[in-house]
Amino acid sequence: MEPELIVNVLLTIATASTPLLIAAMGELVVERSGVLNLGVEGMMVVGAVCGFGGAALSGNPWLGVLAGVCGGVLASLLFGVLTLSIATNQVATGLSLTLLGLGVSGLLGESFVGQAGTKLSAVDLGPLSDLPIIGRLLFGQDPLFYISLLLVAVVSWVLFRTRAGLILRAVGDSHDSAHALGISVVKIRYAAVAFGGACAGLAGAHLSLVYTTQWVENMTAGRGWIALALVVFASWRPWRVLAGAYLFGGVTIGQLHAQAFGVAVPSQLLSALPYLATIVVLVLISRNRRLTLLNTPACLGQPFVPHR
Amino acid sequence: MSDAPSVPLLELEGLRKAFPGTLANDDVSLLIQPGEIHALLGENGAGKSTLVKMIYGVLRPDAGTIRWHGEPIELPSPRAARRRGVGMVFQHFSLFEALTAAENIALSLDDAPPMDTLTERARELSERYGLPLDPHAMVGDLSVGERQRIEIVRCLLQEPELLILDEPTSVLTPQEAEQLFKTLEQLRSDGKSILYISHRLNEVQRLCDNATVLRGGKVVGHCKPARESASSLATLMVGSELPEVSHDDAPESGAVLLEVRDLNRPAATPFSMALSNVNLEGKAGRILGIAGVAGNGQGELFEVLSGEALLQQPESIKLCGSLVGQQGINARRALGAAFVPEERLGHGAVPSMSLVDNTLLSRHRSDSAGLVGASGRIRRGKLRELTTHIIKTLDVRCSNEQQAAGALSGGNLQKFIIGRELDRKPRVMVVNQPTWGVDAGAALRIRNALVELARSGSAVVVISQDLEELLQISDDISVMHNGNLSAPMPAQQASPESLGLLMGGAEESRDQLAGEKH
Amino acid sequence: MAFELVKRPMPSRLFAALSPLIAFTLTLLAGALLFQLQGVDPISGLYTYFIEPLTETWSLHELAIKAAPLILIAVGLALCYLSNNWNIGAEGQFILGGIVGSALPVLFPAFANSATLPTMLALGALGGACFALIPAYLKNRFNTNEILTSLMLVYVAQLLLDWLVRGPWRDPAGFGFPQTRAFGDFALLPAINDAAGRAHWGVAFAVIAALALWWLLRSTRTGFEIRVVGASPRAGAFAGFSEKRLTLFVFAVSGGLAGLAGIIEVSGTIGQLQPAISPGYGFTAIIVAFLGRLNPLGIVAAGTVLALTYLGGEAAQMSLGLSDKAVRVFQGLLLFFVLATDTLIHYQLRRSGDKHGA
Repeated sequence: MEPELIVNVLLTIATASTPLLIAAMGELVVERSGVLNLGVEGMMVVGAVCGFGGAALSGNPWLGVLAGVCGGVLASLLFGVLTLSIATNQVATGLSLTLLGLGVSGLLGESFVGQAGTKLSAVDLGPLSDLPIIGRLLFGQDPLFYISLLLVAVVSWVLFRTRAGLILRAVGDSHDSAHALGISVVKIRYAAVAFGGACAGLAGAHLSLVYTTQWVENMTAGRGWIALALVVFASWRPWRVLAGAYLFGGVTIGQLHAQAFGVAVPSQLLSALPYLATIVVLVLISRNRRLTLLNTPACLGQPFVPHR
Repeated sequence: MSDAPSVPLLELEGLRKAFPGTLANDDVSLLIQPGEIHALLGENGAGKSTLVKMIYGVLRPDAGTIRWHGEPIELPSPRAARRRGVGMVFQHFSLFEALTAAENIALSLDDAPPMDTLTERARELSERYGLPLDPHAMVGDLSVGERQRIEIVRCLLQEPELLILDEPTSVLTPQEAEQLFKTLEQLRSDGKSILYISHRLNEVQRLCDNATVLRGGKVVGHCKPARESASSLATLMVGSELPEVSHDDAPESGAVLLEVRDLNRPAATPFSMALSNVNLEGKAGRILGIAGVAGNGQGELFEVLSGEALLQQPESIKLCGSLVGQQGINARRALGAAFVPEERLGHGAVPSMSLVDNTLLSRHRSDSAGLVGASGRIRRGKLRELTTHIIKTLDVRCSNEQQAAGALSGGNLQKFIIGRELDRKPRVMVVNQPTWGVDAGAALRIRNALVELARSGSAVVVISQDLEELLQISDDISVMHNGNLSAPMPAQQASPESLGLLMGGAEESRDQLAGEKH
Repeated sequence: MAFELVKRPMPSRLFAALSPLIAFTLTLLAGALLFQLQGVDPISGLYTYFIEPLTETWSLHELAIKAAPLILIAVGLALCYLSNNWNIGAEGQFILGGIVGSALPVLFPAFANSATLPTMLALGALGGACFALIPAYLKNRFNTNEILTSLMLVYVAQLLLDWLVRGPWRDPAGFGFPQTRAFGDFALLPAINDAAGRAHWGVAFAVIAALALWWLLRSTRTGFEIRVVGASPRAGAFAGFSEKRLTLFVFAVSGGLAGLAGIIEVSGTIGQLQPAISPGYGFTAIIVAFLGRLNPLGIVAAGTVLALTYLGGEAAQMSLGLSDKAVRVFQGLLLFFVLATDTLIHYQLRRSGDKHGA
């Protein structure tokens, strides 16, 4: 294969992986705090429609990004009020957030269907970006790509090297112990949930401002769920999420290229590959029960009601 | 301690705290002087935990005043309490299992220094007060004794003037407890005050300068424990003098109804204990007591005996003549066995379900009462009848048989669970922690019922952390340590000291020595 | 204003009865606001949505047609959720039921007699059940999260259906449209009362399934087992119940019912396979299950309410020019409000700092 082609494939893999990475990184923080938010898909699709709308209405893709993030945060706060303030079942509430998000985004985005979007353009560092091969890979991608990598580094550092991260992990490990020490469990979880919402919204905005630059109903197509699976796959560790996201990005792009080359397999089977791959990966990672038990935040999914 | 300083360190006046359905503390007052070990005595449910949570800012009093060095203060949060100089070691530790000892310590400090400094200071303190600990160890891997040391060190790092310990010895061997007392005495001589919560009279007499006794949420007396007798303290605590457990002589050797031979079981999860080479015999007419510090494999042994966990080799467990190592819990019940697990809520009973449904829990397949028809239909009428019968027989206090199990007090629910099994007249009964967290009246009733069952010809195995209880009711006693079970010794020959050595692993090290010699 | 939750000593029966009504009222209020924002008179909007479909016989029939699959799927899901098995892939099991059940009329159109329809229904249920057993097996064997696997399989089922109707099963005489041949009469589920409206016998299946599962949960050991294991797995083990066996059972039942609903939809309402055979019934049924408080009889009522939103959405689109997308917003909001008001069954809301009340 020609180097140019390889570079193009690698670039598309990065583009396909970035939204998964961002959304999964947000959910990782949420789950580390002991909250299971199954509404990633819903927050992501809200982020996508807000991102598209914000950019289309203002003409500035960065305002679109901001709108996407705000949309995700708002959606996540709805989840937060229910699960954290009035202690509803997290699984059911997350599901309803996804259903509501898909509905709301469909309604909001009705007038955007078929409209041309605004693209968040790639960074251009002049001569650096023009370097052969590595120029475009390292210095010529879209800004959210760099933000996603920065996100991994920052989350990893905060989680394991700072007091804030220590408190977050403590809350996820035992909310009762944390409460007894006087740590405000609910506040910390609100912050984590909102961060997860911001990330999901950002990931959605990436879909409608970088990945496709248009609005299609249900355009997340299960990516929110794959992001959830990635967190399990990565055993709640940031750098492993990075690896997992790129693995999935690779599968997605691989099957697209296979379809383009007219491989003699039904295109539907190729399209099903990312979903099948998710199942296979989940099976592989979960079969070691010991490992899963050791890594799972002990309070994951359990409601907490402070008792004063 | 005779010349008390004029200003007490802590003074509580008229504290009151109500929860839905109960008045946990009512008009509670007490005084603690600097450099004093003050006991807070009371039964389970007397309101001790509620009171100390108010002193530590976890709960807020509904009424009353807290004075600190004579000044009235508000304690809106544990943080505020720590800032004043109150430190607390919880009964159920407030530690994080997935974090290291040093991280746990850092979390409790409001302005934690860098990790290295912290580790260094923790090490200094632990040496000074004889509390060895490894700052980098993951708490989930540590024994309860080690965890308690972390709790104490992390309190001491805040240089508290008042240290609160909630039932600290309930998880320790007698030897570990003695070591703890030395640490506490050292702290007292450094001028610190200690509020020591317990229902164990002998250690209060051994250690404490003054005592406040709570009963039913109210203060029923202040005294100097050293000047009181154990029985006068007990009467103060319980309200009336309780009869002893009647314990006549057991038959010398009955038929072996439960036999465990060379039982081995690998650890099922990262946090559980493996069982190795366990042997035991449950004999008709006798009670076998199994002592040990929590987390040494008692829960795992119970699961294996009950059949909730199955074994590789069916021959490891023989129940009433059948090899049952691979048979489930209902098959074992059908052979005449009954089981009472340690955890009442969520294991022995479903808290959200009614007592009627909870009767069915262990009896839907196991007995002749015919609670379920051949088609799988539940016979509600019969079930309700049986439930009311159990409630009446064991004097379970509840509004009616439809009340949710979770709404009962610990003692009443335990009486119900034990009654549910006793009603079947089991030939073999295995009970884990029969009176844990149960008030004295209910505990007495339960112990008597177990002795009675054994004397009627059944084999009873009692797993307990409460040495006094085991010495009271057992005929033979074995000790669990690190997944091993010691050979049984007759209860008359056992003493707290000899059992304590075994609980700390003395036999194991002796075995190792013997092994090396060969 | 800050508030806090205080656990009630006993669950409140009052709120257990009231909370779906409160939730529904709140949804109506939110709906009125939504209409106002879209420039439609809220009263006439709500009337078109929730009253008008109930005023005519034919539309009552349509209501029953839409409620039947929701009820069939949701009562199965209730068994899953009560026992702590989170099957959210009913949409995929519905599709698989439609596919497997249709295999008979599509591949063997000559096999047309009175046994055709019963065989199709049985195949549909079997197909849905087998598809649901995949996540159940993976959960038991490998400890794999069933939420994620059952959901991933929805996409797989959709793509499988898409492939079949565009590829091997496409009607050779269909002018290239992506659909199978139209089913013969023996393969069609007949209407109950042709003269009055379209409602077919699938409605009866839904009512029977709801009654049967209601009895199962209330009066049998299996129902007891489901409730015990769901409330506390350790207590379930103490009772001698096998969690794994139960997982297989509830997934098989709920998958079977979803598959049955799928083949009923295809043979009763559509009459052939096409790329999309469900307007999201499998997901809406999750809402139905919770709105019905996981009680099969409650689910019959909840399924009817949700079916009404589908009908009302269509009506509002035609007569008021409202977007049909609003339906999903209504449905999502309803579930949110149900979950929120359900908290009041177990907790009391109190202003923080309020020291009295206990």
